[in-house]
Amino acid sequence: MNITKSFNRSLWAFHFNSGSCNGCEIEIVATLTPRYDPERFGIKLVGSPKHADLLLVTGPVVKKMRPRLLRVYEQIPDPKVVMCVGACGISGGPFYDSYNLDGPIDDVIPVDVYVPGCPPRPEGIIFGVVRALQKLERLQGELP
Amino acid sequence: MSDDTKKAVPYTVPIGPTHPALKEPVMFTFQMEGERILKADFAPGQAHRAIEWMGMRRNPVQIVHLTDRICGICGVSHTLSFARAVEQVMEIEVPERADYIRAIIAEFERIQSHILWAGVAAHELGYDTLLHLSWRVREFAMDVLELLTGNRVNYGIIQVGGVRRDITPDQHETIHNCLDYYSDLKAKLLQVFLEDKTIQMRCRDCGVLTHEEALKLCTVGPTARASGVKMDVRVDYPYAAYGDLEISPVLPDAYLGETRGDVYDRIVVRLLEVDQSVDLIRQCLDLIPAGDITWEAKIPKILSAFKKAHGEAIGRHEAPRGEVFHYVRMDGKEHPTTWKVKASSYSNLMSWIPMLEGEQIADIPIVVASIDPCLSCTDRVAIVRDGRRGIMTKEELTRLSVEKTRRLMR
Repeated sequence: MNITKSFNRSLWAFHFNSGSCNGCEIEIVATLTPRYDPERFGIKLVGSPKHADLLLVTGPVVKKMRPRLLRVYEQIPDPKVVMCVGACGISGGPFYDSYNLDGPIDDVIPVDVYVPGCPPRPEGIIFGVVRALQKLERLQGELP
Repeated sequence: MSDDTKKAVPYTVPIGPTHPALKEPVMFTFQMEGERILKADFAPGQAHRAIEWMGMRRNPVQIVHLTDRICGICGVSHTLSFARAVEQVMEIEVPERADYIRAIIAEFERIQSHILWAGVAAHELGYDTLLHLSWRVREFAMDVLELLTGNRVNYGIIQVGGVRRDITPDQHETIHNCLDYYSDLKAKLLQVFLEDKTIQMRCRDCGVLTHEEALKLCTVGPTARASGVKMDVRVDYPYAAYGDLEISPVLPDAYLGETRGDVYDRIVVRLLEVDQSVDLIRQCLDLIPAGDITWEAKIPKILSAFKKAHGEAIGRHEAPRGEVFHYVRMDGKEHPTTWKVKASSYSNLMSWIPMLEGEQIADIPIVVASIDPCLSCTDRVAIVRDGRRGIMTKEELTRLSVEKTRRLMR
Protein backbone atom coordinates (compact mmCIF):
# COMPACT_ATOMS: atom_id res chain seq x y z
CA MET A 1 0.00 0.00 0.00
CA ASN A 2 2.16 2.79 -1.32
CA ILE A 3 0.42 6.14 -0.81
CA THR A 4 3.07 8.46 -2.23
CA LYS A 5 6.76 8.04 -2.79
CA SER A 6 7.59 10.04 0.34
CA PHE A 7 5.60 7.55 2.43
CA ASN A 8 7.82 4.73 1.26
CA ARG A 9 9.22 2.42 3.90
CA SER A 10 12.89 2.07 4.71
CA LEU A 11 14.61 -1.12 3.62
CA TRP A 12 14.44 -3.79 6.30
CA ALA A 13 16.50 -6.92 6.04
CA PHE A 14 16.19 -10.42 7.50
CA HIS A 15 19.37 -12.37 7.87
CA PHE A 16 19.37 -16.13 7.29
CA ASN A 17 22.38 -18.31 8.10
CA SER A 18 22.28 -21.44 5.96
CA GLY A 19 25.39 -23.07 7.44
CA SER A 20 27.94 -20.32 7.07
CA CYS A 21 31.28 -20.06 8.89
CA ASN A 22 30.26 -16.87 10.77
CA GLY A 23 32.63 -14.66 8.80
CA CYS A 24 29.83 -13.12 6.74
CA GLU A 25 27.57 -12.83 9.83
CA ILE A 26 30.22 -10.82 11.60
CA GLU A 27 30.78 -8.58 8.60
CA ILE A 28 27.02 -8.01 8.23
CA VAL A 29 26.80 -6.93 11.88
CA ALA A 30 29.98 -4.86 11.48
CA THR A 31 28.27 -3.15 8.54
CA LEU A 32 25.38 -2.12 10.81
CA THR A 33 27.57 -0.67 13.56
CA PRO A 34 28.75 2.96 13.84
CA ARG A 35 31.70 3.05 11.44
CA TYR A 36 29.53 2.23 8.41
CA ASP A 37 26.11 2.92 9.96
CA PRO A 38 23.50 2.27 7.27
CA GLU A 39 20.87 2.65 9.97
CA ARG A 40 20.94 6.40 9.30
CA PHE A 41 19.13 5.50 6.06
CA GLY A 42 16.68 3.28 7.96
CA ILE A 43 18.35 0.06 6.85
CA LYS A 44 18.31 -2.46 9.71
CA LEU A 45 18.01 -6.13 10.55
CA VAL A 46 14.59 -7.31 11.72
CA GLY A 47 13.64 -10.35 13.75
CA SER A 48 10.87 -11.70 11.56
CA PRO A 49 10.83 -12.45 7.84
CA LYS A 50 7.27 -11.09 7.74
CA HIS A 51 8.64 -7.59 8.38
CA ALA A 52 11.41 -7.80 5.82
CA ASP A 53 11.88 -6.54 2.25
CA LEU A 54 15.32 -8.01 1.81
CA LEU A 55 16.57 -11.50 2.60
CA LEU A 56 20.29 -11.68 3.30
CA VAL A 57 21.44 -15.26 2.89
CA THR A 58 24.88 -16.43 3.95
CA GLY A 59 26.40 -19.89 3.75
CA PRO A 60 26.39 -22.68 1.19
CA VAL A 61 22.92 -24.14 2.16
CA VAL A 62 23.59 -27.37 4.02
CA LYS A 63 21.00 -30.11 3.62
CA LYS A 64 19.25 -29.52 6.95
CA MET A 65 18.76 -25.82 6.25
CA ARG A 66 17.19 -26.11 2.78
CA PRO A 67 13.55 -26.56 3.93
CA ARG A 68 14.00 -23.77 6.46
CA LEU A 69 15.40 -21.42 3.83
CA LEU A 70 12.38 -22.14 1.64
CA ARG A 71 10.00 -21.51 4.55
CA VAL A 72 11.66 -18.20 5.42
CA TYR A 73 11.64 -17.14 1.77
CA GLU A 74 7.93 -17.87 1.44
CA GLN A 75 7.13 -15.85 4.56
CA ILE A 76 8.58 -12.63 3.17
CA PRO A 77 5.84 -10.51 1.57
CA ASP A 78 6.15 -9.41 -2.05
CA PRO A 79 7.89 -7.45 -3.47
CA LYS A 80 11.06 -8.98 -2.06
CA VAL A 81 14.70 -9.07 -2.99
CA VAL A 82 17.18 -11.82 -2.11
CA MET A 83 20.82 -10.97 -1.59
CA CYS A 84 23.47 -13.66 -1.40
CA VAL A 85 26.42 -12.60 0.74
CA GLY A 86 29.73 -14.42 0.38
CA ALA A 87 31.48 -16.72 -2.02
CA CYS A 88 30.11 -19.98 -0.59
CA GLY A 89 26.52 -18.94 -1.26
CA ILE A 90 27.38 -18.04 -4.84
CA SER A 91 29.28 -21.16 -5.87
CA GLY A 92 29.96 -23.29 -2.81
CA GLY A 93 33.30 -21.50 -2.42
CA PRO A 94 35.86 -23.51 -0.45
CA PHE A 95 33.15 -26.07 0.42
CA TYR A 96 32.33 -26.84 -3.22
CA ASP A 97 32.90 -30.62 -2.97
CA SER A 98 31.15 -31.23 0.36
CA TYR A 99 28.63 -34.08 0.58
CA ASN A 100 26.26 -32.07 2.75
CA LEU A 101 25.41 -29.17 0.43
CA ASP A 102 22.11 -28.53 -1.29
CA GLY A 103 23.35 -25.20 -2.57
CA PRO A 104 24.51 -22.89 -3.93
CA ILE A 105 21.69 -20.59 -2.90
CA ASP A 106 20.34 -19.95 -6.39
CA ASP A 107 19.61 -23.67 -6.72
CA VAL A 108 17.13 -23.29 -3.86
CA ILE A 109 15.61 -19.81 -4.17
CA PRO A 110 15.93 -17.08 -6.83
CA VAL A 111 18.71 -14.61 -6.02
CA ASP A 112 18.69 -10.97 -7.16
CA VAL A 113 21.98 -9.57 -5.88
CA TYR A 114 25.28 -11.43 -5.45
CA VAL A 115 27.98 -9.99 -3.16
CA PRO A 116 31.23 -11.90 -3.71
CA GLY A 117 34.09 -12.10 -1.22
CA CYS A 118 35.11 -14.44 1.56
CA PRO A 119 33.77 -12.59 3.43
CA PRO A 120 32.83 -9.42 1.52
CA ARG A 121 33.94 -6.13 3.07
CA PRO A 122 31.29 -3.95 4.74
CA GLU A 123 31.61 -1.50 1.83
CA GLY A 124 30.79 -4.36 -0.54
CA ILE A 125 27.73 -5.33 1.48
CA ILE A 126 26.50 -1.71 1.49
CA PHE A 127 26.99 -1.55 -2.30
CA GLY A 128 24.95 -4.73 -2.61
CA VAL A 129 22.19 -3.29 -0.45
CA VAL A 130 22.04 -0.19 -2.66
CA ARG A 131 21.65 -2.42 -5.72
CA ALA A 132 18.95 -4.40 -3.90
CA LEU A 133 17.12 -1.18 -3.07
CA GLN A 134 17.17 -0.14 -6.73
CA LYS A 135 15.73 -3.47 -7.75
CA LEU A 136 13.10 -3.33 -5.02
CA GLU A 137 11.94 0.11 -6.21
CA ARG A 138 11.66 -1.23 -9.74
CA LEU A 139 9.61 -4.20 -8.50
CA GLN A 140 7.35 -1.90 -6.48
CA GLY A 141 6.74 0.18 -9.62
CA GLU A 142 5.65 -2.96 -11.48
CA LEU A 143 3.05 -3.88 -8.85
CA PRO A 144 -0.56 -3.09 -9.80
CA MET B 1 -11.25 -19.74 26.65
CA SER B 2 -12.80 -22.78 28.22
CA ASP B 3 -11.50 -23.67 31.66
CA ASP B 4 -11.88 -27.42 31.27
CA THR B 5 -8.99 -27.71 28.77
CA LYS B 6 -6.15 -28.73 31.02
CA LYS B 7 -2.78 -27.21 30.31
CA ALA B 8 -0.02 -29.75 30.23
CA VAL B 9 2.63 -28.65 32.70
CA PRO B 10 5.50 -28.62 31.99
CA TYR B 11 4.89 -27.26 28.52
CA THR B 12 7.48 -27.24 25.76
CA VAL B 13 8.99 -24.15 24.16
CA PRO B 14 11.03 -24.81 21.01
CA ILE B 15 13.51 -22.14 19.92
CA GLY B 16 15.35 -22.36 16.64
CA PRO B 17 16.92 -23.46 14.45
CA THR B 18 16.42 -20.03 12.88
CA HIS B 19 15.64 -17.45 15.50
CA PRO B 20 16.59 -13.76 15.82
CA ALA B 21 18.20 -14.40 19.22
CA LEU B 22 20.54 -16.98 17.68
CA LYS B 23 23.18 -15.92 15.21
CA GLU B 24 23.68 -19.50 14.12
CA PRO B 25 21.31 -22.39 13.52
CA VAL B 26 20.77 -24.57 16.60
CA MET B 27 17.56 -26.08 17.93
CA PHE B 28 16.63 -25.68 21.60
CA THR B 29 13.79 -27.42 23.40
CA PHE B 30 12.82 -26.13 26.82
CA GLN B 31 10.48 -27.75 29.33
CA MET B 32 8.91 -24.79 31.09
CA GLU B 33 6.94 -24.31 34.26
CA GLY B 34 5.66 -20.77 34.16
CA GLU B 35 8.70 -18.64 33.38
CA ARG B 36 11.14 -21.14 34.85
CA ILE B 37 13.16 -23.61 32.78
CA LEU B 38 12.81 -27.13 34.16
CA LYS B 39 14.78 -28.96 31.50
CA ALA B 40 16.84 -27.77 28.58
CA ASP B 41 17.96 -29.71 25.54
CA PHE B 42 19.58 -28.72 22.28
CA ALA B 43 20.26 -30.26 18.89
CA PRO B 44 23.25 -28.92 16.97
CA GLY B 45 24.19 -30.13 13.48
CA GLN B 46 22.51 -27.55 11.26
CA ALA B 47 25.75 -26.00 10.05
CA HIS B 48 27.67 -29.18 9.22
CA ARG B 49 29.78 -28.63 6.11
CA ALA B 50 31.94 -31.76 6.15
CA ILE B 51 35.20 -29.87 6.47
CA GLU B 52 37.20 -32.83 7.82
CA TRP B 53 35.98 -35.02 4.96
CA MET B 54 36.96 -32.39 2.38
CA GLY B 55 40.32 -31.86 4.11
CA MET B 56 41.24 -35.51 3.72
CA ARG B 57 40.98 -34.97 -0.05
CA ARG B 58 43.18 -31.87 -0.17
CA ASN B 59 46.82 -31.23 0.67
CA PRO B 60 47.82 -29.23 3.77
CA VAL B 61 48.74 -26.13 1.73
CA GLN B 62 45.12 -26.07 0.56
CA ILE B 63 43.77 -27.08 3.96
CA VAL B 64 45.19 -24.02 5.74
CA HIS B 65 42.71 -21.96 3.74
CA LEU B 66 39.92 -24.37 4.63
CA THR B 67 40.78 -24.22 8.35
CA ASP B 68 40.50 -20.41 8.18
CA ARG B 69 36.91 -21.00 7.20
CA ILE B 70 35.99 -23.49 9.93
CA CYS B 71 35.04 -20.43 11.93
CA GLY B 72 34.99 -16.88 10.65
CA ILE B 73 35.80 -15.37 14.04
CA CYS B 74 38.70 -17.55 15.15
CA GLY B 75 40.23 -17.85 11.69
CA VAL B 76 43.83 -17.97 12.80
CA SER B 77 43.26 -20.34 15.75
CA HIS B 78 42.26 -23.39 13.74
CA THR B 79 44.95 -22.74 11.16
CA LEU B 80 47.60 -22.36 13.84
CA SER B 81 46.75 -25.62 15.56
CA PHE B 82 46.45 -27.48 12.25
CA ALA B 83 49.78 -26.09 11.02
CA ARG B 84 51.41 -27.05 14.33
CA ALA B 85 50.12 -30.60 14.03
CA VAL B 86 51.38 -30.97 10.45
CA GLU B 87 54.73 -29.40 11.34
CA GLN B 88 55.20 -31.94 14.10
CA VAL B 89 54.40 -34.83 11.75
CA MET B 90 56.89 -33.47 9.22
CA GLU B 91 59.41 -32.58 11.95
CA ILE B 92 59.81 -29.02 10.71
CA GLU B 93 61.42 -26.33 12.82
CA VAL B 94 59.40 -23.13 12.39
CA PRO B 95 61.58 -19.95 12.31
CA GLU B 96 61.37 -17.99 15.54
CA ARG B 97 60.19 -14.82 13.82
CA ALA B 98 57.24 -16.71 12.34
CA ASP B 99 56.32 -17.95 15.82
CA TYR B 100 56.20 -14.37 17.09
CA ILE B 101 54.12 -13.17 14.14
CA ARG B 102 51.71 -16.06 14.75
CA ALA B 103 51.36 -15.05 18.40
CA ILE B 104 50.79 -11.38 17.50
CA ILE B 105 48.02 -12.21 15.01
CA ALA B 106 46.45 -14.71 17.46
CA GLU B 107 46.36 -12.08 20.21
CA PHE B 108 44.87 -9.45 17.91
CA GLU B 109 42.23 -11.99 17.04
CA ARG B 110 41.51 -12.46 20.74
CA ILE B 111 41.09 -8.70 21.18
CA GLN B 112 38.59 -8.39 18.34
CA SER B 113 36.75 -11.58 19.31
CA HIS B 114 36.33 -10.62 22.98
CA ILE B 115 35.13 -7.10 22.15
CA LEU B 116 32.79 -8.60 19.56
CA TRP B 117 31.46 -10.95 22.23
CA ALA B 118 31.01 -8.10 24.74
CA GLY B 119 28.90 -6.27 22.17
CA VAL B 120 26.80 -9.36 21.43
CA ALA B 121 26.28 -9.90 25.18
CA ALA B 122 25.09 -6.31 25.57
CA HIS B 123 22.72 -6.83 22.63
CA GLU B 124 21.29 -9.98 24.22
CA LEU B 125 20.57 -7.96 27.35
CA GLY B 126 18.69 -5.43 25.24
CA TYR B 127 21.43 -2.83 25.66
CA ASP B 128 22.01 -1.94 22.00
CA THR B 129 23.88 1.30 22.73
CA LEU B 130 26.67 -0.75 24.22
CA LEU B 131 26.63 -3.13 21.24
CA HIS B 132 27.28 -0.22 18.91
CA LEU B 133 29.91 1.34 21.18
CA SER B 134 31.88 -1.87 21.58
CA TRP B 135 31.76 -2.69 17.87
CA ARG B 136 32.99 0.83 17.11
CA VAL B 137 36.10 0.31 19.24
CA ARG B 138 36.57 -3.16 17.75
CA GLU B 139 37.12 -1.66 14.30
CA PHE B 140 40.59 -0.41 15.33
CA ALA B 141 41.76 -3.99 15.90
CA MET B 142 40.21 -4.94 12.54
CA ASP B 143 42.20 -2.13 10.87
CA VAL B 144 45.46 -3.46 12.28
CA LEU B 145 44.58 -7.03 11.30
CA GLU B 146 43.86 -5.82 7.79
CA LEU B 147 47.16 -3.95 7.70
CA LEU B 148 49.12 -6.99 8.88
CA THR B 149 47.36 -9.74 6.94
CA GLY B 150 45.53 -8.04 4.08
CA ASN B 151 42.07 -9.19 5.13
CA ARG B 152 39.59 -8.30 7.87
CA VAL B 153 38.33 -11.85 8.40
CA ASN B 154 39.86 -15.20 7.28
CA TYR B 155 43.37 -13.81 7.32
CA GLY B 156 45.13 -16.56 5.38
CA ILE B 157 48.46 -15.61 6.95
CA ILE B 158 49.61 -18.96 8.32
CA GLN B 159 51.29 -21.48 6.04
CA VAL B 160 52.65 -24.86 7.02
CA GLY B 161 56.18 -24.05 8.19
CA GLY B 162 55.73 -20.36 8.87
CA VAL B 163 53.71 -17.31 7.89
CA ARG B 164 53.01 -15.77 4.52
CA ARG B 165 53.59 -12.11 5.40
CA ASP B 166 56.19 -10.33 7.49
CA ILE B 167 55.60 -7.45 9.90
CA THR B 168 57.65 -4.54 8.55
CA PRO B 169 59.28 -1.92 10.83
CA ASP B 170 57.00 0.86 9.57
CA GLN B 171 53.97 -1.10 10.75
CA HIS B 172 55.16 -1.05 14.36
CA GLU B 173 53.97 2.51 14.95
CA THR B 174 50.41 1.71 13.84
CA ILE B 175 50.36 -1.40 16.03
CA HIS B 176 51.63 0.54 19.05
CA ASN B 177 49.04 3.28 18.48
CA CYS B 178 46.29 0.65 18.42
CA LEU B 179 47.63 -0.99 21.60
CA ASP B 180 47.81 2.38 23.39
CA TYR B 181 44.23 3.02 22.35
CA TYR B 182 43.06 -0.23 23.97
CA SER B 183 45.17 0.39 27.10
CA ASP B 184 43.51 3.78 27.54
CA LEU B 185 40.14 2.19 26.91
CA LYS B 186 40.50 -0.52 29.57
CA ALA B 187 39.16 1.54 32.49
CA LYS B 188 36.25 2.81 30.40
CA LEU B 189 35.30 -0.66 29.16
CA LEU B 190 35.38 -2.10 32.68
CA GLN B 191 33.30 0.82 33.92
CA VAL B 192 30.55 0.63 31.31
CA PHE B 193 30.26 -3.14 31.54
CA LEU B 194 30.85 -3.89 35.20
CA GLU B 195 29.48 -0.87 37.05
CA ASP B 196 26.27 -0.67 35.07
CA LYS B 197 23.28 -1.42 37.28
CA THR B 198 21.31 -3.21 34.56
CA ILE B 199 24.18 -5.51 33.65
CA GLN B 200 24.80 -6.28 37.32
CA MET B 201 21.15 -7.14 37.92
CA ARG B 202 20.86 -9.30 34.81
CA CYS B 203 24.21 -11.10 35.00
CA ARG B 204 25.05 -11.55 38.68
CA ASP B 205 24.17 -15.11 39.81
CA CYS B 206 22.61 -15.82 36.42
CA GLY B 207 23.66 -18.91 34.45
CA VAL B 208 25.92 -20.25 37.18
CA LEU B 209 28.42 -22.98 36.32
CA THR B 210 30.12 -24.26 39.47
CA HIS B 211 33.78 -25.23 39.63
CA GLU B 212 32.89 -28.95 39.92
CA GLU B 213 30.54 -28.84 36.92
CA ALA B 214 33.12 -26.94 34.88
CA LEU B 215 35.66 -29.68 35.56
CA LYS B 216 33.18 -32.52 35.06
CA LEU B 217 31.96 -31.18 31.71
CA CYS B 218 35.54 -30.48 30.53
CA THR B 219 34.82 -26.84 29.71
CA VAL B 220 37.69 -24.81 28.30
CA GLY B 221 38.77 -21.24 27.84
CA PRO B 222 37.09 -18.20 29.40
CA THR B 223 34.03 -20.30 30.35
CA ALA B 224 36.20 -22.57 32.52
CA ARG B 225 38.31 -19.73 33.88
CA ALA B 226 35.20 -17.79 34.92
CA SER B 227 34.27 -20.82 37.05
CA GLY B 228 37.67 -20.71 38.71
CA VAL B 229 39.41 -23.45 36.71
CA LYS B 230 43.00 -22.34 36.31
CA MET B 231 43.78 -23.49 32.79
CA ASP B 232 45.14 -21.86 29.68
CA VAL B 233 46.93 -23.75 26.91
CA ARG B 234 49.27 -20.80 26.43
CA VAL B 235 50.54 -21.33 29.99
CA ASP B 236 50.11 -25.07 30.52
CA TYR B 237 51.54 -26.16 27.18
CA PRO B 238 53.48 -23.22 25.68
CA TYR B 239 53.84 -23.07 21.91
CA ALA B 240 54.67 -20.46 19.25
CA ALA B 241 56.18 -17.51 21.15
CA TYR B 242 54.20 -17.99 24.37
CA GLY B 243 57.02 -19.81 26.14
CA ASP B 244 59.07 -16.57 26.11
CA LEU B 245 56.28 -14.30 27.35
CA GLU B 246 55.09 -13.33 30.82
CA ILE B 247 51.59 -14.76 31.04
CA SER B 248 49.26 -16.27 33.62
CA PRO B 249 45.60 -17.35 33.33
CA VAL B 250 43.04 -14.59 33.97
CA LEU B 251 40.68 -15.52 36.78
CA PRO B 252 37.74 -13.42 37.98
CA ASP B 253 38.83 -13.41 41.64
CA ALA B 254 41.88 -11.34 40.71
CA TYR B 255 39.52 -8.47 39.94
CA LEU B 256 36.49 -9.13 42.14
CA GLY B 257 38.02 -11.09 45.01
CA GLU B 258 35.63 -14.01 44.53
CA THR B 259 34.53 -16.49 41.87
CA ARG B 260 30.85 -17.20 41.36
CA GLY B 261 30.94 -18.73 37.86
CA ASP B 262 28.04 -16.62 36.61
CA VAL B 263 27.60 -14.59 33.43
CA TYR B 264 29.11 -11.53 35.14
CA ASP B 265 32.33 -13.44 35.83
CA ARG B 266 32.52 -14.41 32.17
CA ILE B 267 32.31 -10.73 31.20
CA VAL B 268 35.10 -9.93 33.68
CA VAL B 269 37.39 -12.65 32.33
CA ARG B 270 36.93 -11.63 28.71
CA LEU B 271 37.43 -7.91 29.33
CA LEU B 272 40.59 -8.56 31.35
CA GLU B 273 41.88 -10.86 28.61
CA VAL B 274 41.68 -7.99 26.14
CA ASP B 275 44.17 -6.15 28.33
CA GLN B 276 46.29 -9.29 28.69
CA SER B 277 46.45 -9.62 24.90
CA VAL B 278 47.55 -5.99 24.56
CA ASP B 279 50.35 -6.71 27.02
CA LEU B 280 51.36 -9.90 25.18
CA ILE B 281 51.55 -8.14 21.80
CA ARG B 282 53.76 -5.43 23.37
CA GLN B 283 56.08 -8.15 24.72
CA CYS B 284 56.14 -9.84 21.30
CA LEU B 285 57.04 -6.61 19.54
CA ASP B 286 59.91 -6.03 21.99
CA LEU B 287 61.28 -9.55 21.69
CA ILE B 288 60.64 -10.36 18.02
CA PRO B 289 63.90 -11.60 16.46
CA ALA B 290 65.04 -10.93 12.89
CA GLY B 291 65.17 -13.78 10.41
CA ASP B 292 63.14 -15.84 8.01
CA ILE B 293 59.38 -16.04 8.24
CA THR B 294 58.99 -19.46 6.71
CA TRP B 295 60.76 -22.77 6.69
CA GLU B 296 60.37 -23.13 2.94
CA ALA B 297 58.98 -20.46 0.65
CA LYS B 298 58.52 -22.68 -2.43
CA ILE B 299 55.14 -24.42 -2.42
CA PRO B 300 56.27 -27.41 -4.60
CA LYS B 301 59.00 -28.17 -2.05
CA ILE B 302 56.47 -28.12 0.79
CA LEU B 303 54.20 -30.42 -1.23
CA SER B 304 56.97 -32.93 -1.87
CA ALA B 305 57.83 -32.87 1.84
CA PHE B 306 54.24 -33.95 2.63
CA LYS B 307 54.80 -37.09 0.58
CA LYS B 308 57.69 -38.05 2.85
CA ALA B 309 55.81 -37.42 6.08
CA HIS B 310 54.72 -40.39 8.18
CA GLY B 311 53.16 -40.30 11.62
CA GLU B 312 50.58 -38.60 13.75
CA ALA B 313 50.56 -35.47 15.88
CA ILE B 314 48.29 -33.07 17.71
CA GLY B 315 48.27 -29.29 17.61
CA ARG B 316 46.70 -27.23 20.37
CA HIS B 317 46.01 -23.53 20.63
CA GLU B 318 44.17 -21.34 23.10
CA ALA B 319 41.58 -19.74 20.82
CA PRO B 320 39.44 -16.84 22.12
CA ARG B 321 36.81 -19.42 23.11
CA GLY B 322 39.17 -21.98 24.61
CA GLU B 323 41.36 -24.84 23.56
CA VAL B 324 41.35 -25.84 19.88
CA PHE B 325 42.72 -29.30 19.18
CA HIS B 326 43.69 -30.75 15.80
CA TYR B 327 44.79 -34.33 15.26
CA VAL B 328 46.52 -35.12 11.98
CA ARG B 329 47.83 -38.42 10.65
CA MET B 330 49.89 -38.57 7.46
CA ASP B 331 50.89 -41.74 5.66
CA GLY B 332 53.26 -40.60 2.93
CA LYS B 333 50.58 -39.08 0.74
CA GLU B 334 49.98 -35.47 -0.16
CA HIS B 335 46.77 -35.37 1.86
CA PRO B 336 46.33 -36.38 5.51
CA THR B 337 44.78 -39.81 6.07
CA THR B 338 43.05 -38.67 9.27
CA TRP B 339 42.19 -35.18 10.41
CA LYS B 340 40.12 -34.53 13.49
CA VAL B 341 39.11 -31.10 14.72
CA LYS B 342 37.92 -30.48 18.23
CA ALA B 343 36.79 -26.87 18.48
CA SER B 344 36.51 -25.03 21.77
CA SER B 345 32.71 -24.74 21.62
CA TYR B 346 32.50 -28.52 21.32
CA SER B 347 33.69 -28.76 24.92
CA ASN B 348 31.66 -25.80 26.12
CA LEU B 349 28.21 -26.50 24.67
CA MET B 350 27.24 -29.09 27.30
CA SER B 351 27.66 -26.46 30.01
CA TRP B 352 24.47 -24.86 28.65
CA ILE B 353 22.37 -27.51 30.38
CA PRO B 354 23.35 -26.80 34.04
CA MET B 355 23.51 -23.06 33.29
CA LEU B 356 20.02 -22.86 31.81
CA GLU B 357 18.09 -25.09 34.18
CA GLY B 358 16.31 -23.06 36.83
CA GLU B 359 16.72 -19.77 34.97
CA GLN B 360 13.92 -17.71 33.49
CA ILE B 361 12.94 -17.68 29.84
CA ALA B 362 14.19 -14.09 29.45
CA ASP B 363 17.66 -15.18 30.51
CA ILE B 364 18.01 -17.69 27.66
CA PRO B 365 19.70 -15.31 25.17
CA ILE B 366 22.37 -14.03 27.55
CA VAL B 367 23.10 -17.44 29.08
CA VAL B 368 23.36 -19.04 25.65
CA ALA B 369 25.63 -16.22 24.44
CA SER B 370 27.73 -16.23 27.61
CA ILE B 371 29.88 -19.19 26.55
CA ASP B 372 30.45 -17.47 23.18
CA PRO B 373 29.16 -20.48 21.23
CA CYS B 374 30.44 -21.13 17.76
CA LEU B 375 28.36 -23.78 16.05
CA SER B 376 30.07 -23.63 12.69
CA CYS B 377 33.17 -25.02 14.45
CA THR B 378 31.23 -27.67 16.26
CA ASP B 379 28.69 -29.35 14.03
CA ARG B 380 29.56 -32.93 13.14
CA VAL B 381 27.76 -35.81 11.57
CA ALA B 382 27.12 -39.18 13.18
CA ILE B 383 26.85 -42.22 10.95
CA VAL B 384 24.65 -45.05 12.19
CA ARG B 385 25.32 -48.39 10.51
CA ASP B 386 22.76 -51.19 10.87
CA GLY B 387 21.07 -49.31 13.71
CA ARG B 388 23.96 -50.04 16.11
CA ARG B 389 25.18 -47.40 18.51
CA GLY B 390 28.72 -47.26 19.80
CA ILE B 391 29.30 -45.05 22.79
CA MET B 392 32.72 -44.88 24.41
CA THR B 393 32.72 -44.03 28.09
CA LYS B 394 35.55 -42.17 29.75
CA GLU B 395 36.73 -45.41 31.40
CA GLU B 396 36.89 -47.28 28.11
CA LEU B 397 38.86 -44.44 26.52
CA THR B 398 41.32 -44.44 29.41
CA ARG B 399 41.69 -48.21 29.06
CA LEU B 400 42.40 -47.90 25.32
CA SER B 401 44.91 -45.15 26.00
CA VAL B 402 46.73 -47.20 28.66
CA GLU B 403 46.79 -50.22 26.32
CA LYS B 404 48.32 -48.15 23.53
CA THR B 405 51.01 -46.75 25.83
CA ARG B 406 51.88 -50.29 26.97
CA ARG B 407 51.99 -51.45 23.35
CA LEU B 408 54.40 -48.67 22.43
CA MET B 409 56.62 -49.37 25.45
CA ARG B 410 57.08 -52.99 24.52
